[in-house]
Amino acid sequence: MSDDLFDRADEFMSLFRRGAEFTKELVDENARLRRRLVEVESRQDEAAQDPGEWSKLRQELLERIRGLEGERTDVLERMRSLEEENLQFATRFVEVEEENNNLANLYVASYQLHSTLNVAEVVKIIIEIVINLVGAQTFAVYVHDEKTGLLEAVASEGEDVAVFPSMLLGEGTLGLAVASGATSSNGEASSRDYSRPIVAIPLRVNDRPIGGIAIFELLVQKDGLSPLDHELFTLLAGHAATAIFAAQLHSQSERKLSTIQGFIDLLTK
Amino acid sequence: MDRHRILIVEDSPTMRQLLSFALKRLRGAEVVEAQDGMDGLRKVTGEEFDLALIDINMPVMDGLKLIHLIRQEPTLAAMPIVVITTEGAQEDRDRALALGANEYLTKPIQANRVLAVAKALLKVE
Repeated sequence: MSDDLFDRADEFMSLFRRGAEFTKELVDENARLRRRLVEVESRQDEAAQDPGEWSKLRQELLERIRGLEGERTDVLERMRSLEEENLQFATRFVEVEEENNNLANLYVASYQLHSTLNVAEVVKIIIEIVINLVGAQTFAVYVHDEKTGLLEAVASEGEDVAVFPSMLLGEGTLGLAVASGATSSNGEASSRDYSRPIVAIPLRVNDRPIGGIAIFELLVQKDGLSPLDHELFTLLAGHAATAIFAAQLHSQSERKLSTIQGFIDLLTK
Repeated sequence: MDRHRILIVEDSPTMRQLLSFALKRLRGAEVVEAQDGMDGLRKVTGEEFDLALIDINMPVMDGLKLIHLIRQEPTLAAMPIVVITTEGAQEDRDRALALGANEYLTKPIQANRVLAVAKALLKVE
């Protein structure tokens, strides 16, 4: 992906270089025309001595002026269209740069989430992403307990995990978000009511609720949520859920394998 | 092509990867990672770097202590240091700059901002 970023940047730099080369050509052409004008002025001075020559030269000069005016109009038109094109490229370059930055954030978040099969490590990575990439000050990560049906806070930042209330699916802001599968964001800057987060992100794998993330406060330097934040929420909703689910399955299979191995050892002794 | 050795001292693997991603866009950049202040100190005193990006809140040794130790070492006094942190309060910024940091960036970071700061401190186009 790093190479792709370089390639795209190189492509745009090449376009800019072509624009610069064209501008240099125009400057050279301008210098050539100036030299030509000096030559004509010199001829004009010499011809001024003879009236017949003067009339011929005048005609020539008028034609030349008409030609030069036409060329000048063409050049100005080409310059204008080139400047417009350059401006479009510059705007597009900024957009692509921003898009690249966003893609890098999403790639890193996704890469890290799937880098382990340990539930505690997955939860730690979710916390890192919410702090470092989203910029949240106070939040909690909830996991759904299939036996009790409760969403329970298992990790938090900014406050002790014990202060975040458990809830049933469909209950409270986070419970509703997890039940419906839709991220909710109320547009407020912070909330001290730990049953009413400013952002509630459901973590689900297909129709299976896995847990949720409740954000209560953003970092002091963060003005609000950006389009990238919403993309990160979408990514977390899918990838964090899958990562937790995969880690839970892995942990269960390890336990079962260990039990079966114990039985086999018992039977074969 | 100039070669630039850059040290990232950050306990979060997510941030290390993101910063590394951003800095590798700088032609000739060689990025080395350290996972806490002590690891950072070991690397910065054992190898040569042109720039260091340091987080503040880290286990074992925090970023401010690391900056203090780096600036006490005469051979490292001129190495540019960028602080990258979640701490957005003015007093945190003032403290880090007073200890000898050259730039102070708050999280969440923008990769192009990190790149622009690195280019300016390394004096590259």
